[in-house]
Amino acid sequence: MRYDIRLSLDHSYPAASDHVRNLLRLLPSDRPSQRVLRRLLTITPAPQERRDMVDYFGNATTLVAWHRPVAAISFHLSVRAERLAVSAMDISPRLNALAPEVMAAGLGPASPLHFRGPSPRIPPAPEIADFARGICQPGQTARDAVAALGQALHAEMAFDSLATDVTTAPAAAFAARRGVCQDFAQIMVCGLRALGIPAGYVSGFIRTTPPPGAKRLAGVDAMHGWVMAWCGTTQGWVEYDPTNAQWAGEDYITVAIGRDYSDVAPVRGALRTAGGQRATHTVDMIAL
Amino acid sequence: MSERLHHHLPPVLQDYAPRAGVADELFDAQGNMRPVWRAFIDQLAGLSAQEIETRFARGDQYLRDAGVYFRLYSGGPAQERSWPLSHVPVLISDADWQTICDGLAQRADLLERIVADLYGPAQLVAAGHLPAELVAGNPHWLHPLVGTTPASGHWLHHLAFEIGRSPDGSFFVLGDRTEAPSGAGFALENRMAATRIFTDPFPRGNLRRLAGFFRSFRATMEALAGDGRHMGILTPGPNNDTYYEHTYIARYLGLMLLEGEDLIVENGQVMVRTVRGLEPLGLLWRRIDDEFVDPLELMEASQLGTPGLLGAFRQGGVTMINAPGSGVLETRAFMAFFPRIARHLLGETLRLPNIATWWCGQPAERAHVQANAKKMIIGSALEKTLPFAMGADAALGAANLTMADWPLEDWIGRNGHNLVAQQAVTLSTTPVWASGRLVPRPMTIRVFATRTEKGWNFMPGGYARIGKSDDTNALAMQAGGYVADVWVMAPRAVAPDTLAAKANFERETAGILPARAADNLYWLGRYVERTEGAIRLLRAYHLRLAETGDRDEPCLQVLGTYLTSLGMAPDRPVPEALPDLIAAARTAASKVRDRFSPDGWHALDDLARTTARFARVVAPGDDAARAMSVLLRKLSGFSGLVHENMYRYLGWRFLSLGRAQERADAMLLHLKTFAAPEAVPGIFEIAIETGDCVMTHQRRYRFGPSRETVLDLLVLDPDNPRAVLYQISEMRAHIAQLPHDSDRERLSEVEKLLLELDTDLRVADPADLPQAELVRFRSRLATVSDLLSARYFR
Repeated sequence: MRYDIRLSLDHSYPAASDHVRNLLRLLPSDRPSQRVLRRLLTITPAPQERRDMVDYFGNATTLVAWHRPVAAISFHLSVRAERLAVSAMDISPRLNALAPEVMAAGLGPASPLHFRGPSPRIPPAPEIADFARGICQPGQTARDAVAALGQALHAEMAFDSLATDVTTAPAAAFAARRGVCQDFAQIMVCGLRALGIPAGYVSGFIRTTPPPGAKRLAGVDAMHGWVMAWCGTTQGWVEYDPTNAQWAGEDYITVAIGRDYSDVAPVRGALRTAGGQRATHTVDMIAL
Repeated sequence: MSERLHHHLPPVLQDYAPRAGVADELFDAQGNMRPVWRAFIDQLAGLSAQEIETRFARGDQYLRDAGVYFRLYSGGPAQERSWPLSHVPVLISDADWQTICDGLAQRADLLERIVADLYGPAQLVAAGHLPAELVAGNPHWLHPLVGTTPASGHWLHHLAFEIGRSPDGSFFVLGDRTEAPSGAGFALENRMAATRIFTDPFPRGNLRRLAGFFRSFRATMEALAGDGRHMGILTPGPNNDTYYEHTYIARYLGLMLLEGEDLIVENGQVMVRTVRGLEPLGLLWRRIDDEFVDPLELMEASQLGTPGLLGAFRQGGVTMINAPGSGVLETRAFMAFFPRIARHLLGETLRLPNIATWWCGQPAERAHVQANAKKMIIGSALEKTLPFAMGADAALGAANLTMADWPLEDWIGRNGHNLVAQQAVTLSTTPVWASGRLVPRPMTIRVFATRTEKGWNFMPGGYARIGKSDDTNALAMQAGGYVADVWVMAPRAVAPDTLAAKANFERETAGILPARAADNLYWLGRYVERTEGAIRLLRAYHLRLAETGDRDEPCLQVLGTYLTSLGMAPDRPVPEALPDLIAAARTAASKVRDRFSPDGWHALDDLARTTARFARVVAPGDDAARAMSVLLRKLSGFSGLVHENMYRYLGWRFLSLGRAQERADAMLLHLKTFAAPEAVPGIFEIAIETGDCVMTHQRRYRFGPSRETVLDLLVLDPDNPRAVLYQISEMRAHIAQLPHDSDRERLSEVEKLLLELDTDLRVADPADLPQAELVRFRSRLATVSDLLSARYFR
């Protein structure tokens, strides 16, 4: 499926800040499941420094800086990209046979070893681990376990954009049984890791209007977040969206992957200004 | 034949009995005194116990005067603790020291090759010499640095090693400090204290000096910084446990003491904010941990680092000692693999073995640990702290089962990948003075090395950590203890050598003043002056109270209301806000301790302690008035130390500007109440008294006091150091000497404003100066402060 995506992020600061430096992860890149036909990031006012680079996990990363007072910054993204359907085949080992495959993996950026243990925003959480263990059986295949935990979380949690914020810890959101896509995804990553399934966080977009006859998806108004999980050497990485209880297939475009939200945050550095900074955020992803 | 058993030992050694099966620094395995100690012990034996203790007290006094302390994090608010010096140094022969340095130089090279590989081709992992999971899942291995080559060509420039001596007499490594090693400055302070204790030329004359090590380190840093670029120490700030050391080294080596907010990154170049503007910086000796270096790419919540610093490092814009990411080498489980990696990379065995280490993620190693756990220290595989460091999480196998109810073997079996076990080594003992005699106590030595063009250069000395009890198990060191100087003894006298000893006289320029330091000095000046003003008012209040005994007397009411408006309600002799004010001054001073004499610091400390004591014991009236006089004298002690003795660098000008600004501001506020035309009788006298001008007023005016004489003396007098006009002149003089933007033909904004104020005050007539005008002067002064802050403190 081919899409046109538009994103606008507007930040304004109550007091103009002398020096602003941001790290942006907004541009999608080519991946096994997707192809980016064109991409353009426009920033106003134009930053005095801009460097585009690729981070360790392969994400397009843009460093920008202003060295004069700025009171408002806008990021506009325009992308045309294509996403392939995912295979429904389960060729993953059983959960209790996954560990040796994980440990045998090497050190490359795609290695599951980076995604096995705690990460800055996803520390171990016993309640989530217990929940995950209650859902999944050691005899289940890894891919099956991913879907089972995703569906269970979807049933357990209520989507509530007011219950949490960008800094809420997975354990707190899980205790409240409420949250947005970021909370759903981080809780699921936490649960998967407790089961021994290496898992990471994916940021990106989902299509704004559903295909004819299908339900409108949750999380379409802003950038979305879902989960990637490693299901053995043969199956590799799979992506699951617990907010919508489905595999992240043709309706999705990935922007960045990482161990948790801190690795993929669309704009880092903006929160250092104290006080009532305001941000507005709109997204459109139209199927062509 | 054993000297210890059969020879006549001096009384100080009468009770010195090293344990069997443990090496001792003073006596060898046969019980003979090691020759390196002979002269030292002879000297000590020639002194009475009382003489010895007098000398030791001299060393302690030096440390107290110098203000050496370290900070404890544990339990409640951070606490400063005096330096726990064990006065008897550890003596090591040249020959032994050479063996140690040879071994550690090999180890330093090995560490450099490992870290370069971990952030480069990662061949050690690919070839199976290091398990991938210990790297990939390691929070100290920083992804953003993969693929980076440091501009200096090296990751490691300054290293510390913790070493010990095993029962067979050979040395071994307990741990490596690669991230931000601390202690080099403390070693220097230990030495300063030791030279005050052991003043006799022999055997001290044979002692290897430390200054050369620091001189060559400084030269190396200068070369790395590059021409025209500054260098500095990046400190986490006054709350860090080793902040004192940072200030000390900054002073000793003439480096800027910087915090993250002092730095800005522009186009890959690190700039330091100074009162002259942004200036390029080429080298940072950073004392903050890896994860805190850059909130943009590493730990988001870090308030210590600088956004963009990592990017600047990657682009080669700055050299950091050590490179960010170097901390990964401290991962405890790595030590299990170093011996094999040495053979693989260097084709050599480790000349100095490290403490035996087993990572429990491997089946054979796990089984070995399960079988021998009770003789091991078991801890987290990815932990960086030294296994025997104070407060470390590790413990002897049997002791750390609190986390699980399973038998130890099962627990190790289940958690193997996350666990590392290390041999519970036995340390050697060294003499410590206790109750009038020498006793053996376990010790480890921290050895420091820096990279120079000619290879690794070792500090000939270092500092020893000494255990509290005679338990020689390394783990006992967790309970804390003492530090001692380490003396490397040459066979004959060593030529003197200090940092200052240069072939030619060379005058260094005053250096630059970071904007944050200027800001803190300015506020130190303001807070101290504000404190003085408050104390004067409180004294006036309690003097009146003592005279009249009536709080409702009109003058007292006016004074009381005024004090209350300042947050200093006089219902208590020492209002709570007073210690708060002194604490604010102390905080500002603590951030500029590298620019500040220890005497001044002590004076401020003394003031704070006395105020706290008075708050508990002083009664209103006469008692309080007298207490305030005491505080006032202590405060003038501080001001005298600072203003008489501080070199007239830019820093002193900012301190003085703060004082003048505060004094003028406070006077104007003060006179709004105390020079009001409708004032109650006696108020003008209070204005003059709190302005410290009683005598001058008597001399200068035949009548009065009246509103006119008060305004004339306290606002318009150009020669009265308490008058507003006097402060304006002072400020103009200081500002003229500050760095300015290029065009000196024209006055800066702040200079214009002060010139206007100066003129208006000079032409004003005391009889024609309405209260509203005082308020306007005050708001114009506030603009001066804003302009100063915008120009110099950002």
